[in-house]
Amino acid sequence: MREKSLLEMRGIYKSFPGVKALQNVDFTLCEGEIHALMGENGAGKSTLIKVLTGVHVKDEGDIFLKGHDKAVQIRSPKDAQKLGISTVYQEITLCPNLSVAENIFIGRGDGHMVNWRSMNKKADELLESLGINVKGSQQLASCSIAVQQMVAIARAVDMDCQVLILDEPTSSLDESEVAKLFVLMRKLKARGVGIIFVTHFLDQVYEVCDKITVLRDGKLVGEYEIENLPRVELVSKMLGKELDDMASIKSDTSDSGVDMNSEPVYEGKGLCSTEGISPFDFNIRRGEINGFTGLLGSGRSECVRTIFGADKVTGGTVKMEGTEVKINKPIDAMKHGIAYLPEDRKRDGIIGDLSVKDNIKLALQVKTGFFKPFSNAKANEFANEYIKLLDIKTASVNTPIKSLSGGNQQKVILARWLLTHPKYLILDEPTRGIDVGTKVDIQKLMLKLASEGMCVTFISSETDEMLRTCSRLLVMRDRKLVGELTGDQLTQKTIMDTIAGGDKNGTE
Amino acid sequence: MAQNKVAPPKTSFFAGLMRNQIFIPIAALLLLTIFNLIADPSFFKITLAENSNGDPVLNGYLITVIDYGSELAILALGMTLVTAASGGQDISVGAAIAISGSVMLRVLCGSDSRAETMQAPIIVAFLISCVVAMLFGAFNGSLVAFFKIQPMVATLILFTAGRSIAAWINHNELPIVKDVSFSYFGNYFPGVPIPTPFFIAVICFIATWALLKFTTLGLYVQSVGINEKTSRLNGLNPELIKLLTYVFLGLCVAVAGFIKVSRLSTINYSVIAKDIEMDAILAVALGGNALSGGKFNMGSSILGAYVIQYLTTTLYKFKVNADALPAYKAVVVILLVIMSAPVVREKFAQLTKKLRANKEHTQAANAASN
Repeated sequence: MREKSLLEMRGIYKSFPGVKALQNVDFTLCEGEIHALMGENGAGKSTLIKVLTGVHVKDEGDIFLKGHDKAVQIRSPKDAQKLGISTVYQEITLCPNLSVAENIFIGRGDGHMVNWRSMNKKADELLESLGINVKGSQQLASCSIAVQQMVAIARAVDMDCQVLILDEPTSSLDESEVAKLFVLMRKLKARGVGIIFVTHFLDQVYEVCDKITVLRDGKLVGEYEIENLPRVELVSKMLGKELDDMASIKSDTSDSGVDMNSEPVYEGKGLCSTEGISPFDFNIRRGEINGFTGLLGSGRSECVRTIFGADKVTGGTVKMEGTEVKINKPIDAMKHGIAYLPEDRKRDGIIGDLSVKDNIKLALQVKTGFFKPFSNAKANEFANEYIKLLDIKTASVNTPIKSLSGGNQQKVILARWLLTHPKYLILDEPTRGIDVGTKVDIQKLMLKLASEGMCVTFISSETDEMLRTCSRLLVMRDRKLVGELTGDQLTQKTIMDTIAGGDKNGTE
Repeated sequence: MAQNKVAPPKTSFFAGLMRNQIFIPIAALLLLTIFNLIADPSFFKITLAENSNGDPVLNGYLITVIDYGSELAILALGMTLVTAASGGQDISVGAAIAISGSVMLRVLCGSDSRAETMQAPIIVAFLISCVVAMLFGAFNGSLVAFFKIQPMVATLILFTAGRSIAAWINHNELPIVKDVSFSYFGNYFPGVPIPTPFFIAVICFIATWALLKFTTLGLYVQSVGINEKTSRLNGLNPELIKLLTYVFLGLCVAVAGFIKVSRLSTINYSVIAKDIEMDAILAVALGGNALSGGKFNMGSSILGAYVIQYLTTTLYKFKVNADALPAYKAVVVILLVIMSAPVVREKFAQLTKKLRANKEHTQAANAASN
């Protein structure tokens, strides 16, 4: 083992039936280091982590840990925990109905009676030392997701973990929460804990990490110091080709071809819903791409849900191409040519057990009517057309959608809505949690659709994606529409200023 | 992730069948058949004999199976849809059969429970009982769909009260239909050697097949059962669809009730269709359908229903005491349910794969040594 290294994985192989998930992968983690593990979906990140945490047993290779002379054997998650390897997953795996302190100490008692007061006191001390602002006696469910995640980390830290794995911890956090998490990560780093950080957010990698290991197709691409690997190079290493530059898909927003004097395709006034957003006005014209931006929880999703009638609409008037219409539930919106790709793919997007084919035809079938089912041949034709068009990777049209990867599931949902030939397409976080290649595909597709005359509303947590595609941005803060940015105002800085507020910029 | 890359499935016909859910009822059917062949092949004997009306009719245990399995198979149609859409079961179908049967007799006999002639045409009585049964279905359905009550709890109300309501409809009298033409529907039409309930069941199957083929009900029911939120966002009305499935089950109940009362030309409120709800649920489960809802296979449920009747008839044939019957049935059910559990099937699939790999290995080794 190298000096100072905490964990070394050498020549790891792991196969699943039909797939070589890992081939001769090396990975080294040093003391007090935050190490990003990067790669597209299917690159083998998760498999490597599962091998390390004992969920999968490796086929070949050695794992060395500091303080052990010989290679260690990790056969179960319990083994990994004993060796001081802890994982915090994206989904919280704690018990929401127990208190914070109970969650930290659960399953670790040695069979003695519990002394509640000392347990709470110990928890409070631990949380304070880590700078987590929560009381041990508080019920976990009453804390925000971010705090729950930090409690999970605190639990890991208290179990004397040397190696902490954070698997997509930030995907459900807003920016201030991410910042708090980073403070905690740096604190742990100072204590000498080695952190493996898996994320899709490039910004975060460059903000907090020291080193990057890149995997592709189950093989190691390389290990890099962060300062020696500019973003563009990182992306091209992940994709395995010189990126046909993300930057070049930027449309020229100044002449996006949108005639701002034309009649809006969709125009809403004083819209509000039961989800507690203040009434807002909104319109979109032929060929326009606009977007809602704001922090998580600022009400941007609620706005588009109101437009589509996904939440109960409580007020406002809607005009489609000049005529007044009523949109109270999704079917109304669909009948008027609006399509909505929801934010939470798993909860609101896919019908997991149904085939790719059925998932694609669903919306159009509902629109067509109860007594006019598509024939099997027709459904196959639809499915094959879009599988080809969107390059969906699936074994067949009859594969259940849940066995596809996230990016491909997203494409299937996109296919479902494109099949209805909408006039107005709403995409809420279509690029979340999917690989870079698919992200670029989706952005390109949006621009292509807009150039063909469709209007698109786009929401993304990654501001640069929105800057690249949108010609108009509506900024939300605290469930209120606080600004509208166009033309020269479309820069990271103005957006940040408007989101933060207290500035004249764009405030109406 | 990497392991999600789907390898092209290698399917032999047998492996494909194994993975298909209809495999379970087929396997059960085969096992029972083999058992009967070994124990007493006379089980399969079908003879032509005269019935009490002097008409020649087919006789034999297999005829009993298709005759008495009919009500169950008809109920299984509705129960399958209810299960798929709402992820729960209706336990009130037995009680609801008592109600619809009671309504039917009430209409046929009028105020005089011993009337010599029918007071209304059979079709009118049947249609009225359909409406009543569908209303009770709608009652169950709205509790489940709009008030989000667990199906089993919601239908417990009617399960408890149903037979009393049935008795109340006829002032606790037991009306008897004396016109022999009414009994044709539960027994035999003159000159037809095959029991009428079987024909009625076949008509129901065809109607249901057409409903699933020529409307989008199947897709909608499965979507709602798998993911209600997504279904709503795709323009469906999940509450309405759940309600519809319960109303459909109500219709099935009315048909089954018609057969039941026609068999005897009268009714016994506390005994009619007793425990049939459990058999109907079992038919759905035996058909390999998930009782938690979602995807379903109608043909598999129908086969499941007949397999249950096959089992019951087999047990009767071997003179199992009527009181002990449920215990024997339970043993078989345990076996079937364990066999159809995903955990066991997965293990079994792994085992066969391993065996095949071993075989190929030895073959390869043999080839090499030669």
